[in-house]
Amino acid sequence: MAYIDLQNDLPGIRGPMVYRPETGAALNELAEILLHDENNTLSRGDREMIGAYVSSLNDCFFCENVHSAMAQHYYQCDTPFIDEVKTDFTSADISDKLKSLLAIAGSVQLGGKQVTETQIDRAKTLGATDREIHDTVLIAAAFCMFNRYVDGLNTWAPQDMQVYIDRAAMRAEDGYSQSGLVK
Amino acid sequence: MAYIPVEEGVPGIRSLFKFSPETGKPLCELAEILLRGPSPLSSAERELIAAYVSHRNACTFCRNSHAAAARCHFGDDKKIVDDLLFEDRDLLLSKKMKALLVLAGKVQQGGISVGVEDIASAREAGAGDTDIHDTVLIAASFSMFNRYVDGLAAFTPQEENAYLEMGKRMSEKGYHL
Repeated sequence: MAYIDLQNDLPGIRGPMVYRPETGAALNELAEILLHDENNTLSRGDREMIGAYVSSLNDCFFCENVHSAMAQHYYQCDTPFIDEVKTDFTSADISDKLKSLLAIAGSVQLGGKQVTETQIDRAKTLGATDREIHDTVLIAAAFCMFNRYVDGLNTWAPQDMQVYIDRAAMRAEDGYSQSGLVK
Repeated sequence: MAYIPVEEGVPGIRSLFKFSPETGKPLCELAEILLRGPSPLSSAERELIAAYVSHRNACTFCRNSHAAAARCHFGDDKKIVDDLLFEDRDLLLSKKMKALLVLAGKVQQGGISVGVEDIASAREAGAGDTDIHDTVLIAASFSMFNRYVDGLAAFTPQEENAYLEMGKRMSEKGYHL
């Protein structure tokens, strides 16, 4: 049960977002631009994968499952593939560029200063643009916020994995702009 | 030097807002509401939580700028800020703020580090639901802002004076693109 009376029974981050719609709106807008906006050279699948990976490192059950299901939806792959990327992306069947971005995201999760010039150079060598590096760092940083918001208030999360898979297509269609702000 | 080509001489997160105004907009809105919008916590208290989390994350830019803003808000009581950050003393803080800072410190470590006992202590010291909510989200958001600034190696002025003007502007005008 959540640590505060959220006055709604919505799962995960949607609970506190409806409780405090002023901050909820800003958080949704951030998620929309980072993860769903079409004007981005990183695919939606790759951006969701970065979010899912960071959430798994932060051990945030709700965010990890929501965004894993989103990545799975965009990639049109199965769950074991997503699990493999989260467990050991270095040996997963993804591009070297995405591997270099996941490495940066993993460092951001540990702390901003953990990102090294070598990691940035490697990503650039593999074709990552400045914008893509910027977005990778901000997505990883934003999930360090979302994850803490969700677990710091002890919000509840559906335990049935199928719930996350079933919701992903709708979320992909609607985006994040209004998510959770309607009871 | 920053890892991406940002405008030279523009300090910290402002250089990143200029590089990416699309994301800068919701980030500014979030900071404005969280630190200056309606809340049972004063802006001084909220800026102090922000500076404290940034200090624990070793983010010099956010620590110094939000400490400067907190000093402006606290006015004659500004000693509170330096006592907490640099002397590890919290004698002048209310019981409620002491408990909320412990909670913020737990959030800084990670969301799942927060325990029922942290919430119970905060409530015992007089914190209500909104105090707890705002503390958790401020601490969580600075776990983002700090990583954004340092993860891209944004320019961090070293001289203390650079932050005086910044703190004044943040406390008086707030957070806008």
